[in-house]
Amino acid sequence: MSFLSIRDLNVSLANGAPLLRRVSLDVAAGEVRALVGESGAGKSMIGKAVLGILPRAAKVTGGSIQLDGEDLETLSPKARRQRIGARVALIPQDPLTALNPSRRVGPQITDRLVDILGWKRAEAEARALELLEEVHIQAPDRVMKAYPHELSGGMRQRILIASAFAAEPKLIIADEPTTALDVTVQKQILKLIREMQQRHGTALLFVTHDLGVVSKIAQSLTVLYAGKVIEETDIKAFFAGPSHAYSRALLAATPKYTDPDGSLTPVPDSVIQAVEAEIAAFDAGQMGTVRA
Amino acid sequence: MQIARALITRLITTLVTLLGAAVIVFVVIRVVPGNPIAMMLPPGATDADIDRLKALYGLDKSILEQFWIWIGNVVQGDFGMSITLRQPVYDLVIGRLPATLELSILALLIAVFLGGAAALTATLYRGTKIEGGIDVAGGVALSLPDFLWGLALILVLGVLWPLFHISGRVSPSLGFEFGSNFYLFEALARLQFNVVGDLIAHMLMPALALAIPLAAIILQLLKQSLKECMHDDYITLARTKGYSESSIILRDALPNAILPTLTLIGVQFTFLIGGTVIIERLFSYEGLGNMAIDAVINRDLPLIQGIVLVFALLFTLVNLVVDMTYAALNPRLRHA
Repeated sequence: MSFLSIRDLNVSLANGAPLLRRVSLDVAAGEVRALVGESGAGKSMIGKAVLGILPRAAKVTGGSIQLDGEDLETLSPKARRQRIGARVALIPQDPLTALNPSRRVGPQITDRLVDILGWKRAEAEARALELLEEVHIQAPDRVMKAYPHELSGGMRQRILIASAFAAEPKLIIADEPTTALDVTVQKQILKLIREMQQRHGTALLFVTHDLGVVSKIAQSLTVLYAGKVIEETDIKAFFAGPSHAYSRALLAATPKYTDPDGSLTPVPDSVIQAVEAEIAAFDAGQMGTVRA
Repeated sequence: MQIARALITRLITTLVTLLGAAVIVFVVIRVVPGNPIAMMLPPGATDADIDRLKALYGLDKSILEQFWIWIGNVVQGDFGMSITLRQPVYDLVIGRLPATLELSILALLIAVFLGGAAALTATLYRGTKIEGGIDVAGGVALSLPDFLWGLALILVLGVLWPLFHISGRVSPSLGFEFGSNFYLFEALARLQFNVVGDLIAHMLMPALALAIPLAAIILQLLKQSLKECMHDDYITLARTKGYSESSIILRDALPNAILPTLTLIGVQFTFLIGGTVIIERLFSYEGLGNMAIDAVINRDLPLIQGIVLVFALLFTLVNLVVDMTYAALNPRLRHA
């Protein structure tokens, strides 16, 4: 039984341009699923649709999102918001902008526990201290009182990770959580997310464009192109040899650490044309179903 | 240590600003045509009469000499005698200042409340007809100057639908004895709510006239800053935590969006104090601005100088308060 179950999800802009094309996707309890694709493939859109933070111009136009067997679209906006706040959390992309600059760090970790889940302030603060230690922050009591601008990017991402795990959510959506960091810090943060995920048994939807990262963290993988699921498979099968030509090309395009001087292999035009044709055929089929 | 140094620097700049204002007003009112002597003498006065009066008031000396005498007295706390009212300038100015302060502060509070509430509401309902309506109202409020709002208010709330008093500061019929010139403050402190009501009924229209254009400016800037903040990542993160739109706007966006508005309010508040000159005249409100107009008409040189100095002092104080609030609200400036 999967914790998150997305079925035939369509998201479009107000002018009808599709952002997601009948996306179906499952994340089982405790599973780490990577969501990969090029920029603009719609991988972040899926997470945003689940969290209810789609940009104003984008709307869910079809399909369903089920959380623990409950269809989110049937809930009132308030109930939906609180359900998400209690069970799902986001590790954002850019730690430098994801903390409120005019508030101290501590309340930004405890606020969800106190305001949404009704914890006592002292309990929430004890929990925050515990979590900050868990993400290897020294002098957590001092960090709680600090303002975000007093901390480094790596520290801030650690705080955001601690904050994401605060309410023991069943699912965490990590939206390219290492992209904005230095390469050396990236590795530590990735390790930390993996470590926390395993300790807490949280399901993780890991959005990334970096296949190198995927191999280190995920058990299963969904490849997206132009808002359409191209391939869905487990990690071993994928790295052994993806079934879709686009996935194969994507894997071949990943730089190899074993061969740093090797030239990069871009995804060939023929593959792009083939996958574009597939999308066009899919859209034509959609038109047919709408007419029928 | 740092704070002490900052304060001393601030004090010196304030003194320099005041000296500059003093020099400018002193020179300007002596260079423009017209002089107090001409206002005092009956038609057909002889040149000898004029010279005698000039000597009496020291106006036969050079501007530099006159300035030196005046500034020497000012430093000792002596602002001279009003030529027309024949009372010490200091007493006159201090007597009228509370009336103007109360009016300006009431106007500021109204403007912040109206402008702030409108900006928050427009942000909450952005992209809807409510935002459009607020924008239109803001545009109208901004397109008329304060004194035209004053006239419009007199017409609507004073004549067509006479809810408020159109002139004066307090009804003499109340027979209330004030111990200070801060009427509103005193009445509030002494819990005399019928007096408070009467004072408000006098002050509300002039305060509104001053507040409406400022409210519109606050609305526009604050709304713009809020809108920009609403795209920030920490807002998105707060949404995923389960917070409602209104609590996100108040708790996360407002503290970050308010800083530019605060600076603007500081600058605009000094303009508002300047605006009291005409508004007090329009509503026959017994404040400093009303007295300033009489002083200028009568070429009452010492009185004009005294009033301008007080206004200049007020402006520098307002700027000081704004800077301090700014540092208090923005953690990134606090340790700098």
